[in-house]
Amino acid sequence: MAVASAPQAHPLAAAYRLVAVVAALVLLMGLVLLVGESPTAVFSALIGGAFGTADQIGRVVNTLTVLLLCSAGLVFTFNAGLYNLGVEGQVTMGAIATTFTLRLLGDVLPAPLAIALSIAAGALGGVGWGLLAGVLKVYGRVSEIFAGLGLNFIAQGAAIYLVFGPWKRPGVASTSGTEPFGEHLWLGTFGRTEATPVGVALALASLLFTIVVMQRTYFGLRLRAVGHNPRAADILGVSSSRHLLGAFALCGVLAGVGGALQVVGNYHRLIPTISGGLGFLGLLVVMLAGFNALFVLPIAFFFSALNVGSLQLPLVLQRVDSSLSGVIQGVLVLAALIGRGLAQRRAGGTA
Amino acid sequence: MSSEQILIVLATAIASATPLVFAVIGETISERAGVINLSAEGTIMFCAMVGFAAALATGSVWLGFIAAAVVGALIALIVAFNAITLRQSQIAVGFVLALLFSDLSSFLGVPIVRIPGPTVPAFPLPLLSELPIVGRLLFSSDVVVYASYVLIVLTWVFFYRTRAGLTLRAIGEQPNAAFARGADVVRLRYLYTLIGGALMGIAGAAFSLDFKAGWSFRHTGGYGWIALAIVIFGGWNPLRAAFGAYLFGVLQSLASVAQDQFQGVPTQVLNVAPFALMIVFLVFTSAGWLDRLLMHAPAKVRRRVLQALHTAPPAALGKPFVQD
Repeated sequence: MAVASAPQAHPLAAAYRLVAVVAALVLLMGLVLLVGESPTAVFSALIGGAFGTADQIGRVVNTLTVLLLCSAGLVFTFNAGLYNLGVEGQVTMGAIATTFTLRLLGDVLPAPLAIALSIAAGALGGVGWGLLAGVLKVYGRVSEIFAGLGLNFIAQGAAIYLVFGPWKRPGVASTSGTEPFGEHLWLGTFGRTEATPVGVALALASLLFTIVVMQRTYFGLRLRAVGHNPRAADILGVSSSRHLLGAFALCGVLAGVGGALQVVGNYHRLIPTISGGLGFLGLLVVMLAGFNALFVLPIAFFFSALNVGSLQLPLVLQRVDSSLSGVIQGVLVLAALIGRGLAQRRAGGTA
Repeated sequence: MSSEQILIVLATAIASATPLVFAVIGETISERAGVINLSAEGTIMFCAMVGFAAALATGSVWLGFIAAAVVGALIALIVAFNAITLRQSQIAVGFVLALLFSDLSSFLGVPIVRIPGPTVPAFPLPLLSELPIVGRLLFSSDVVVYASYVLIVLTWVFFYRTRAGLTLRAIGEQPNAAFARGADVVRLRYLYTLIGGALMGIAGAAFSLDFKAGWSFRHTGGYGWIALAIVIFGGWNPLRAAFGAYLFGVLQSLASVAQDQFQGVPTQVLNVAPFALMIVFLVFTSAGWLDRLLMHAPAKVRRRVLQALHTAPPAALGKPFVQD
């Protein structure tokens, strides 16, 4: 079940990629027409929804920070040959650990210190959940796909339990989440938008870290070697189990910080669906990027804009649901996969 | 619990497991031929929407089932083309399809959200439903439920008692050997992946036209992932996979009973609990720890338990077929 190798550069690749994108766009326009709406109206509603006001741009930036953290982490696991579907649970556990720490220390310590500690706790929560999947994979021989899915269900159950149980709002328990934290425990923002400088800094730093580690260090090189052929790596003296665990841990840290940002930067409380599907979306981002960290930023930005822009769709155009963003993202990645496969087949190479 | 309560729990379990039975048998067939169809979550959800919409439009639940089966097979065709012809990662394409078709079900399903529609009529089997206990439990529901019983038995017979079934298992274990003996591996893998997808489509329709009649946002959320886990739990054997589906049904049924008993635990937690439990169980049984734990058991017990719980996936599962 090895992850397919990164796309090799050959003359046909670019042509196939172009054809794939065009086919995807035609298909998407067809779908929009099918529900009885004009593609241009949808397009302008999406742009307006994402970039119409400073508030909306702020929301795009906030979504982007979390998506970047998840995607950066997933670059490690993908290159190690892993389908880390547990990333959703790692975000959720990070958010739970952050909420726990803020509830504990928020009114005891100075606010900046409490926030910093709570983000660190988020990283710990994520790394613990990531390593759990890693240990199951390396020592228990359980496929990381199913270990991850199971851990996602458990993390989601834990969040739901806390929101409706011990941490419920005084009087009422509801899907709107726990009692919001006081404003002194919110991350500072750019002007009056929701975008947080701390989040942006953390996300960009993590992406830079990922690019440097993957392209400039022996660890990155060995990780790729393990991803291509764990047995050969073992024979050459590169411990595959240690590198696999390392990839799970790195992804867990970054996803956990992403979860922390969801709490201290976006929602200011714990909600049952705190991960917002951004972990799974990160998997799509990295797949579309061909596992290359350099392409993560533009793709993640585009996907974040789609997510935020689509929220407005049902308000502007009655027949168009906000799930269109997921449809667009999925169709694009599917087209890219098929395009890559066709190019490889034409070139006579094997996947 | 009184015997009456137990009977109710079991009857609910069978009803809630029926869609899953179609899904796990479909996935088992596909995986036995060597192709993982990881799109189950999206396929089931989208086909639930399609089946309900088709039944609503035509007024016939059976046309709903046929539409769902056709669409399920078409989604499986995308998986098959990528996996078999293009030799790309089955996991990648399946995962993308799972997310894509979940969202597409919401996008295209807007006009039919929470609209009352046709459902499969009840049909107690004459004579059989009169039997004490079993009659009420097994033979007092509807044609879809009975079809699921037949499917389990037929699939088992096909797998282990027919020549074609032997070939099916061979192309998932030793495709090159099967090819050498004259099996058209590529064509058969396409065929079984499409059949598996059609059964998953039927699973979706069994939700929206029978067990949880109607359509709403992410109507079958989680069931596709759990179906994939149950296939592993079932060790790629149709009887055991079906048993896994019923076990999951019992867990769900117990969770709904527990809601009255444990007022302190929020209902939402009990709804997720069976999903988490099922996977924990899977992880425990497939992990190497069990071997170590059983080292201390008497040899006879150990062999029995390992035989019952331990299974290896088809040797060529997930690998593209490249002729030697």
